[in-house]
Parts: sequence; C-alpha cells; structure tokens
Amino acid sequence: MAYLELNNVYKTYGQGDHATEVLSNINLSIEEGEFVAIVGFTGSGKTTLVNLINGLLQPTRGEVLFKGLPVLGTSHERGVIFQNYSLLPWLTVGQNIYMAVKEAFPKKSKKELHEIVSEYVAMVNLTPAINKRPKELSGGMRQRVAVARALAMKPEMIIMDEPLGALDALTRGNLQDEILNIWGKEKRTALLITNDVDEGIYMADRIIPLRPGPKATLGPEFKIDIERPRDKTELNDNANFKETRNAIIEYLMDIGNERKSVEQEVYELPDLTPKSFVGHF
Amino acid sequence: MKQSITLDRVTKFMGLGFLITLKSLFTGDLDKEGFRNFLRKVVVPIASIFLFIGLWHMGAKSLYNIEAEYKIEKALTEQGQEAADAMKACIASGDVSCQPNTLPSPAQVWESYKSLLRDHQIISADKAAFAEKTAVINAKRIAEGKDPITYTGRPSFVDQILTSLKTVFAGFLLALVIAVPIGVIIGLSKTLRSSVNWLIQIFKPVSPVVWLLLVFMIVKTMTKDSNSDSAFIISFISVGLCSMWATLVNTAMGVASVDKDYINVAKVLKLGPVQKVFKVILPSSLPLIFTGLRITLSVAWMVLIAIELLAQSPGLGSFVWEEFQNGAIDSNSKIIVAMFVIGGIGFLLDRIMLTIQNTVSFNKTSGI
Ligand SMILES: Nc1ncnc2c1ncn2[C@@H]1O[C@H](COP(=O)(O)OP(=O)(O)O)[C@@H](O)[C@H]1O
Ligand SMILES: [Mg+2]
Repeated sequence: MAYLELNNVYKTYGQGDHATEVLSNINLSIEEGEFVAIVGFTGSGKTTLVNLINGLLQPTRGEVLFKGLPVLGTSHERGVIFQNYSLLPWLTVGQNIYMAVKEAFPKKSKKELHEIVSEYVAMVNLTPAINKRPKELSGGMRQRVAVARALAMKPEMIIMDEPLGALDALTRGNLQDEILNIWGKEKRTALLITNDVDEGIYMADRIIPLRPGPKATLGPEFKIDIERPRDKTELNDNANFKETRNAIIEYLMDIGNERKSVEQEVYELPDLTPKSFVGHF
Repeated sequence: MKQSITLDRVTKFMGLGFLITLKSLFTGDLDKEGFRNFLRKVVVPIASIFLFIGLWHMGAKSLYNIEAEYKIEKALTEQGQEAADAMKACIASGDVSCQPNTLPSPAQVWESYKSLLRDHQIISADKAAFAEKTAVINAKRIAEGKDPITYTGRPSFVDQILTSLKTVFAGFLLALVIAVPIGVIIGLSKTLRSSVNWLIQIFKPVSPVVWLLLVFMIVKTMTKDSNSDSAFIISFISVGLCSMWATLVNTAMGVASVDKDYINVAKVLKLGPVQKVFKVILPSSLPLIFTGLRITLSVAWMVLIAIELLAQSPGLGSFVWEEFQNGAIDSNSKIIVAMFVIGGIGFLLDRIMLTIQNTVSFNKTSGI
C-alpha cells in the first residue's frame, strides 16, 4: 500500500451538455518520503489534480487514498501551497501564518505559536516584512509567505501547485533549496506541480508528465537518478541530467504537436510505464 | 517633511486633495503641473461658486420683478391708479406688508442664516437661564421621585439640526443592526437567498411615505399606554427601514461572493464554521458592507426630512414645513438656509463614511 494512491480517477466539471471531463483515468502512487513532480501545460488539469489530492475536490469516479483511507476532505496532514498564493489580504504576513499555525496546533500556547511563526518567517527571509500586508509585498515575497504558511503547519505531505511560477530566477532558486532542505531534514513526502522541467529534475525523484486536457492522463514517468544534494551548476554538465531533460522535453513537445494535429480525437496511450528513462530512450 | 506626508495622506484619504495644492501655493513649491492643478482644483470651483451665486441673484431679482409688477397691475385693475402707486411706493420702501413672495436672493438667505444663529443664541441663553432657575427645584423634585421640570420653549434651528442628526443616527444604527446580520445569513445560504429574494425586491422600492404609515400603524398601538416620544420612535424606525436595503443587499452580495481562494484557504486550514465566518467571510466582505452602509446613511438622511415632515416629529423636516406654512417674510429664505444645511450635512456624513470605508478596505496599499 502506497502512501498516496490515485486509482482510475476521473474528474468532470459541469453537468449534462456542459460537462467537460478534465481528468481521465489517472493512476498515481507516491511512497512515503518521496519527492514527485508533475509537469504539464497550462490548462491541462494540474490544479484540478492537486485539489483532488488535498481534498478540496472529490473525484467523479475512482478513488484517492491517503495512507490507505479515502480522501473525503482537507486535512492538516496534507499542506497546500496554492498556485495564486491565496493569502488573506486583510491580515499581515505574521497574522496569515499565525492563523494557520493556530489551527494546526490548537494545544500550543500563544507564545509557542508566535515562536513558530517567527521561525518560519525567518526561514523565508521575511522577518523585516512580518507586519506588512500582502498588497505591500512583491509577488516573490507573497509566494514565500505562502510557502512559510504551508510549511509552518508541519504537514506530513506537502502539495505544491506551481509554487514558484511567478518568481524571478534568483528567488526561485533560493526557494527551491529551502523547500528541498525542509523536505530532506524532516523527511516529508512532497508533490510538486510545475511547468518547468529543469525545476522538476532539480528537485524531484520522479517526474510524471500530465498530458494536455480535456481527458488528461498521466504520461510515462521519468526517474531522476541523480545523487542528492544536487548542485545546480554541476547539473548542467551532468550527462544524466541532459539526457533526462531532453527526453522529457521531447515527450512534451510530441504531445504538444499531437494535440495540434488531432484536435478532438481520443488518444490511447501506449500502456507502458518505463521504470527508468535510461535504456528506454 | 514627515508631517507633510501624513497631511497629504489624510487629506487625500478624505477626498480633500485640493487642500494640498492650496498648501503648496503658500509654501511656494508649485511647479507648472501643480499650478494647473491649482487652477483646476481651487480657482475653478471658487469661480463656479461665484457664478452660481450671481445667477441665483439675477434669477431671484427677475422673479421678484415679475411678482412686483403683477402686484401693481392687480392693484391697478382692482382699485385704480392711486392704489397702484401706493403699492409701488410700498414695495420700493421695502415694507414687510407688501413684499412680493418669491425666490429669495442670496443676500436675503445670508441674512436669514444670521438671524437663525442669533435666534439660536437667544434661545440657548433662555434655556440656560431656565436651567439655572429650576436647578434647585429640579434637584428637590428628583429627590422626591418626581419628574424634573423641563424646558418647553421653541427649539432653535441648531436644536432642530441636532434632533435630525439624532434621528438619522438612530435610524442608521437600526438599519445596521438589522441589515448586516440578516445580510450575512442570507449571503451564506443560496437557498435562503433565493427564498427571500422576492421579499427584498418588493420592499426595496417602497416609498418612505408608505414605510412611515406602516410604522405609524404599529408603533401607535404599541406605545398607547406609555408616554414615550412616539414621533421620534416612528421617524427613526421608518428611516431605518427605508434605508437598510442597500446594506442588506450589499452585505448578502459580499458574503456570497467571497473569493473562492479564501474559502479554499479556510478549508485547507480546517477552520470551524464560526471561525470561517468571522475570520474569512466577514473581513473579505467588509468593503462591500461599508459601501452598503454609506449608501444607507445617505438614503437615511435624504428620507429623514420627508419623514419628519410627515410624522410631525421635530427636526429639520418639520422646520422646513413650519416655515412654509408660516409664510412670514423671511420664511422662504429660511427654507433655503435649511436646504443648504441639509445638503452640507449630507455631504459631510458621506465624507465620514468614505473615510471609514477607505480605512477598512484592504485593497488600499497604504492604510492609516
Ligand atoms: N471549477 C471549474 N469548473 C469548470 N471548469 C474548470 C473548473 N476549474 C478548472 N476548469 C477547467 O479545467 C481545465 C483544467 O484546469 P486547471 O486544473 O486549473 O489546469 P492547470 O492547473 O493545469 O492550468 C481548464 O480547461 C479549466 O478551464
Ligand atoms: Mg493550475
């Protein structure tokens, strides 16, 4: 029994004539402590998939199992970093995080809660901005608050929906390292949604492409067999990295072209999931 | 430097940005752009005020002439040349008995304004004297458990304003206390919303007069055997009922349209229902609630005058009505004074609400 399991999951939005099947026959299993990345084009249904896993949405068909039990709603065990930050604009940085921490640890004293808040605000280098409101922050700073809020709740599994999408390269790199740090230190399980293949390769153990919707399905997975801790500059010279990167990009390009040429046709995927990209391509 | 920044902010915040331009005119740091601003924001408005007063003056004068000519003509056809001459002389002399009754000129209105203020000073002096005189007796009466003797003289214009303000605030508070909680409840439930929608749509456009009559029917019976001030109760309840709809609709809309992202946050944090309402839904709908309250207050002030007039409850409305019926020589100009006061207070109330609204609106980058 895997830590997180999606079995034949379908998700349809709308009813009757307006129904669109966004996700179709999704099968995914993630082991405890694993770092999995899902890459896909915009609009392919990545956020929908994330919401099925964190419990904000229920599948139309199929089941989502977390530690063997069906996911029926949200849980503090699964922390979420939303794509669009979703900070409460009337609260300051500190208050936004405090609110989350207070819900996660109802038994802790005020002082302890404030300590946790300070710790995580410091971790994302936002101590000087702790009393600012989201509107006064740059996109990158807001995203860091969202990261701090999710991590401060100390979830067992952290689910990130394009968490670094809006950031500049430098901030992006820093936050990637911070997320990896926490994941490594406390051995959490992580699911990262991204549209950046390099980011996926740098951070994840496995990369799974999500084919474009409607009726999006998961493509074959790519294992990243690169030793941790990984070094960004070295990575560029790593033959393994290059090969993986090219393979994934080629795959994505292919399905992109496919999509253009056979607009509405249903496509059957070859039923194979290579264990490792090495040797398969 | 620091101080001027905060002044800038405060004035801008209250929609009084022109004060800044005025200030920089005196401090001398006015560039070309600033000068154009100065023209637009200070000179032009002041010029338009003078233009308005000038037009008013000329209009009043020509109305006066029409009325005077008509009077003379009438005297001529009814009583002959002699009476017409007498009338002409009488009008020219400015005698009170034969003044044409028409739109008063700005100068007359200004005179009436001053006379109303004088009147207020006389009455308040009178009141103070009365209070002094009755202080000892009243103390004794209270000690004996009797009602103290109260001043029953005519209220001054300023007293009327204060009474009106009291009524409008009571009505506004009533609207707030009724409309916000109901709006929140309606906003939370789609079913409830669609089931009471017809009720709101029907009651919203009902005229203040009808509300007054409805409230009158109920309150009259309910206060039958108490000696409370039923005119005040009737008018403030009517004001509240007339004006609460904007707040009700806005609150319901604000609560119903909370950003899905915030609701998702509430779900992911697993907030309880009460926490969800108070920590997420209410704060996020505050801007809309305050927009509603601002409309409510201005509607309340607008209908108040009509309601006071009809309910015979003291205040600016009855002041206007009494002056109209009074028909004294300066009644018309007193009515115009009341008009400006009503407009001015309405404007001030709106500014106050706007300031509060800006403070609670989290969309502003800088709060004070
Ligand atoms: N609540 C919804 N109702 C109807 N359609 C939706 C809804 N949410 C998303 N969709 C549609 O589902 C598709 C996938 O959306 P999404 O999961 O947000 O994609 P991604 O995160 O990969 O950009 C899009 O075509 C979008 O228009
Ligand atoms: Mg998305």
